[in-house]
Amino acid sequence: MKAPLSWLKDYVDIDVSAQELADKLFSCGFEVEELTYLGDKIDKVVVGQVKSLTDHPDSDHMKVCVVDCGEYGGDLQIVTGAPNVFAGMKTPCALDGSLVVDTNPASKTFGGQKKIKKGKLRGVESCGMLCSGEELGITEDFCPGAGVDGLLVLDDAAPVGEDIRKVVGLDDWIFDISVTANRPDCQSILGIAREVAAVLKKPLKEPDVSYTEHKTKKKPIAVEVQAPDLCPRYIGHYVENVKGGETPAWMRRRLALSGLRSISPVVDITNFVLLEMGQPMHAFDADEIGGGKIVVRRAKQGEKITTLDEKHFALCPDNLVICDGEKPVALAGIMGGLNSEITDGTKNVFFEAAKFARDSVRRTSRSLGQSSDSSFRFEKGVSAYTSEKGMARALHLIEELDCGTVTNLSEDVCAADLTPRKMTASIQKIEALLGIFVPREEIEGILSRLSFAPVLDGDNLTVTVPAWREDVDGYPDLAEEIIRMYGYDHIVPTFLERASVTGGGLSDAQRLEGKVKEVLRTQGFDEACTYSFYSPKEFDLFRLKEDAPERRAVHILNPISEDLSVLRTFLAPSMLQNAVRNIRRGNEEGRQFEIANAYLPRSLPVSGQPEEKKRLALAVWGNKCDFFDLKGAAEALEEEFHFRLSCGRAEIPWLHPGVSARLMLGEKEVGCIGELDPAIALSLGLDKKVYLGELDLEALYPGMSAEAKFVNLPRFPAVKRDLALVADEDVTCAQVEEELMRACKYVTKAELFDVYRGGQVPEGKKSMAFTLTFTPDEHAEKAFTPEALDGFVRKILGNLKFKLNVELR
Amino acid sequence: MQENIRALREKTLAALREAESSRALYELKVGFQSELKKVMSGMRELSKEERPAFGKLVNELKESMEEAFEGRAAEIREKEMQAKYAAERIDVTMPGRKFRPGALHPVTIVKNQLIDIFAGMGFKVYEGPEVETDYYNFTALNTPEDHPARDMQDTFYIADKLLLRTQTSAGQIRVMEQEKPPIKILSPGRVFRSDDDATHSPMFHQMEGLVVDRNITLCDLQGMLAEFARRMFDSSTKVRLRPSYFPFTEPSVEVDLSCAECGGKGCRLCKGTGWIEVLGAGMVNRKVLENCNIDPDEYTGFAFGMGIERIAMLKYGINNIRALFENDERFLGQFR
Repeated sequence: MKAPLSWLKDYVDIDVSAQELADKLFSCGFEVEELTYLGDKIDKVVVGQVKSLTDHPDSDHMKVCVVDCGEYGGDLQIVTGAPNVFAGMKTPCALDGSLVVDTNPASKTFGGQKKIKKGKLRGVESCGMLCSGEELGITEDFCPGAGVDGLLVLDDAAPVGEDIRKVVGLDDWIFDISVTANRPDCQSILGIAREVAAVLKKPLKEPDVSYTEHKTKKKPIAVEVQAPDLCPRYIGHYVENVKGGETPAWMRRRLALSGLRSISPVVDITNFVLLEMGQPMHAFDADEIGGGKIVVRRAKQGEKITTLDEKHFALCPDNLVICDGEKPVALAGIMGGLNSEITDGTKNVFFEAAKFARDSVRRTSRSLGQSSDSSFRFEKGVSAYTSEKGMARALHLIEELDCGTVTNLSEDVCAADLTPRKMTASIQKIEALLGIFVPREEIEGILSRLSFAPVLDGDNLTVTVPAWREDVDGYPDLAEEIIRMYGYDHIVPTFLERASVTGGGLSDAQRLEGKVKEVLRTQGFDEACTYSFYSPKEFDLFRLKEDAPERRAVHILNPISEDLSVLRTFLAPSMLQNAVRNIRRGNEEGRQFEIANAYLPRSLPVSGQPEEKKRLALAVWGNKCDFFDLKGAAEALEEEFHFRLSCGRAEIPWLHPGVSARLMLGEKEVGCIGELDPAIALSLGLDKKVYLGELDLEALYPGMSAEAKFVNLPRFPAVKRDLALVADEDVTCAQVEEELMRACKYVTKAELFDVYRGGQVPEGKKSMAFTLTFTPDEHAEKAFTPEALDGFVRKILGNLKFKLNVELR
Repeated sequence: MQENIRALREKTLAALREAESSRALYELKVGFQSELKKVMSGMRELSKEERPAFGKLVNELKESMEEAFEGRAAEIREKEMQAKYAAERIDVTMPGRKFRPGALHPVTIVKNQLIDIFAGMGFKVYEGPEVETDYYNFTALNTPEDHPARDMQDTFYIADKLLLRTQTSAGQIRVMEQEKPPIKILSPGRVFRSDDDATHSPMFHQMEGLVVDRNITLCDLQGMLAEFARRMFDSSTKVRLRPSYFPFTEPSVEVDLSCAECGGKGCRLCKGTGWIEVLGAGMVNRKVLENCNIDPDEYTGFAFGMGIERIAMLKYGINNIRALFENDERFLGQFR
C-alpha cells in the first residue's frame, strides 16, 4: 500500500519526520518496505525569475536570459531554447552542479539523473538550465503546467530562490507499506491514517462524507441481490446531470501520486474513493441500464460479457455478475461492462458501492484471468461498513467537485449484520498470554485510540469492535492490539518457568539416518540436496519401459515448468543431473549421496497422499573411480550397521549390463548399483564414467543395527594363510568366498586380494588369490598347529574342487 | 710378559683410534680377545709366586680395554646415528597421506545444529508427510478456503485438496491430534512453493517448533528464541519481536536477530537496520488448538518456523539460494 505523507497529513497532524513515522509504523506492525523521497532525483533546482532576455547571437531559436535566483545569484546568465520563455516569468532554474531528470531518450541514463554544469552554448556562457516539468519528473496531473512542451511556468507567488521541490509538490514522501492479510482495512489511505493517529496519539480528522439529496423525476433503479452469500451488501445511488470538465488539481495530484491518470471527474472520484477509503466503486451510465433494475446474481452457464477493456468472457455459475433487467452489465467487483460504460456523453450515473465475498472475486478473477485495482481490493476483503462510507464520500465529492446532482434515489440491500460487535475479555487472560502486566491506563488508552471504546470493570474488559475490524474476534486479538501499541520491547524473556519438563530428541529411524550420512561422509561422499521433482523426460532418458513402475508418478497440476513437473519415483535421475552439471563445470571427480523421499502413488489418478519412501542415492564419477567405489560404500554401511547384502547380476535399463548389480538383503531386493549405461552417457556427451546407485533405506532399516555386538577375544591368535586358486572364468568371487567359509568353521574371513589371467593360467580360467583368516574358538586350549591348518586347507580345497571345480594353482 | 701386555694395550689403543665403524670395532675386539687369550696362555709358564701379579695385570688390561672399547663404540654409534639422520631426512612439507572425508550439506549441518539446540530443551523431532491434504496444510491451521492468507503462498497441487506442503506447520496438527500436552516438537523438512528466482526456490526446508502446555506466554517464546539465537549465532545476538500476521498464531510476530555481521550497527547485510529477519512465530491460535481437540482455555502455546536455507545463508554468507541445490563439488566441498 502506497501512502503519500502529504495525503496522510489531511487526516492526522503529523509532527514527526518521515523516517520517525516509518519507525513507529514498523513497531506497531506496518513495515514500511520503502520510504521514497519524491524529489530524490532533483537537486539544486530553485525558483528563478527571468528578468530579461535577448536573442542568441548565433542561433535562431535560442535566447539568452538573465535570471534572478535570489540567494543563488541575482543575475545569472542562462541560455534556453524553450519557445515559451518570456520576461518576468517564474520557472525552475537548475543551477551549476544541479541534478535533473534525464529526458533524452537516446541517453544511457534516460529517466535517471542528469547533471547540469556551467558551460557555453554556441559560444555564449550559460550558468545553468531553465527546466520543463518533464525535467523535474512531473506530469500535468501532478502539477498543472508540467505537461507543457517548454518551460514549466510557475505561479507568480512562488518565492524566488526557493527549492523547487517545495513549490511543485516534490517535497513529499511515499510510504510503501506492507499490510498483513488480517488488515484489509489498511489497504487505504484512511486506514493507514487511523494507525498513524493511534501510534502518534493524535486525533483522526475523518474525511467529509456529508451530502444533500435532491428530489428527482427520474425513474428509480431497483436493486435485487439474488446471491447475498456472494454479495452481503449492495448500495446504489443515482446521480443526475453529470458534467464533464476538469478534475481539480488537488485530486489529480493524489491520483498521480498513486500512478493513476485523470480521466473525468466521475471516474476520478471512483478511483479516489478506492484509494482513500478502500472501497472499490463502479459508475454505470444510468441511461444504459435497461429494465429499471440491477440484479446481482450468479452468471448463467455460457452467459457472455464484454468488459470495459473490450475483452470477451463466457461465464459460469461460479461467477457473480451485475445485470440490468436484461443482460450482465458488470463482472462483480472486477470490471464494468462495455455496454454501460461512462462516456463523454453520459448524463446520469448509477454509483455502486458493494461488498463482494473475497473468495468469489478471487476465484472469478483467477479463472477468467481478468483483474483490476478493484478486484485486488475485494480479494483482500472489504467491510460492509466501508461500502456505506465509500458511497457517502463519493457523493460528497460529487458535490464538492460540482460535477453532478445527488438525487434521492438510492438502494441499500444489506444481508450483513451491521450491529456493532461487543466483546468481553478477561484482562488476566490477556496478561497470561502476554506474560507481562500492562498498566490499566495503557490498555484503556491504546484501545481507545484504536476505536475499541474500552470499558474496564475490574478484570472485565468490554470493547466495541470497530466496524472495519472484521479480523478481531477473540481476546488474543485484543492482546495483540495492546502489545503492538504498548511495545514488544516490554516482553521480558523467560524460559518456560511454569511448564512441564519433557524428554526430547530423535527417533531411532532419524538417528539411523544421521548415522548413515556420517558413514558415507567418511567414505568421501558429499551430501547433495536436489529438488523433489523433475521432468517426465527423465523416464525416457533412463530408458524405462512403458510399464515400468517408476513411470507411475504423481504429476503436479500447476508446475513452474515441465522440467519440475513430476514428483520423483526414484532419485537416480537427480543424481545424474548433479554428475552431469559437475562434469560440465570441470569438476572431474566427485562422490555424492542424497537421502530423500521418493513419491509412490497408491493409485492413479491420484486420490490420496502417495507413499513417501526414504531412498539413498549415490553417484560417483571421474577417471579414478569404478564400480567398487560404490560397492565399497555399501560395504561400509554393512560393517557399520551389522548386516549383509548380497550382490546379483542385474538388468536395469539405465545401467551397464555387465557392470551393475542388484543388492539383496536376504531374499528382498533393496537397491542397485552400477555404471551408467554407456549409451546414455554417450547421448549426454559425457567423457567421464558415472556410477549410480539407489537403495531403499526403509527396507534396510529393519536389518540395520547401529549397536555394536561384543564377542570375547580368543586366547590364541588368529592365523592367516594365502591360497592362489584357479577357477573357470564364470565362477564368481562370491561363490568361492561362500565355499571357503562353508568348508571350515574356523575361517572367519576370506578376502580376495588378487585376480590374474594369462601366463601360467590356462585360457578360459583365472587365478584368484585369497587370504583366509582362521580364528580359534574363544575357549580353545591351544593355538592351531601347522598340521591342523594343513588339514583345514585340504578340506577346503576338496570342497572347492567338488563344488566349483576350483583348484590350487 | 709385562712387555707383552703393554704392547698389546698400546697396539689396541692405537687401532681403536683408527677404527671408524661398528664393524671395524667389532673386528678389532675379536682380534684383541684372541691376542689376550694368547697372552693369558703364557701364564702357565710362570711361577706360582708370579701368577697373582700377572693375573692382576691381565685383569687391569681387560677392564681398561673394555672401557676403551665401550667409549669408542659410543663415539662411533653417535657418528653413525648422525649419518643415518642425515640420510633419512625428509621434506616434511610434502603432502600427508589421507582419506578425504565428504561433507554434509549445509542444510543438514544447520538442521542438525537446530535439532541439537532444541532437543536439549526437550523437543522431540517429528517429520510429517511432504504431500499434504488441504486440511492439514491450511484449513486446520485456521486458513480456510476464502482466507486471503492462502494467497501469501503459491501452492503446488497434485489433485483436488492434495498439495505439496507449503509449510512444516502442517506437522503441528498431526502431532496435536496424536498427542496431548505437554507437547514440545520440532518439525524439520522440505516445503514447496511455486516461486523461482534468486531469493526463492520452489523447494526449501523449514523447521517448525511447537510448545503447548499450561501457562505458556509470549515471554516464554521470547526467552526460548533468545536462547536459540545465542547458541545458533553467538552469545551477543539479540532478539527483537515485532507484530506480524499468520493465521495460525495470535498474536503473531516477526522475529529479527541483531545482525551478526555488524553487531547491530547497520551494514549492507542488514540493509543498515542492524537487524535481520529470521523467523516467524506467535502464540498458537485458539482455533488451531480447538481443531485438535485441545482446550484453549486450559492450554496455551507458541509456535515458530524458520527457513533452514535462510539460516544457512546467513551463517555462511551464501547469497544465492540456488547454489544450495546445484550441488557443485566446489560448493559442497567447503562444508567439510
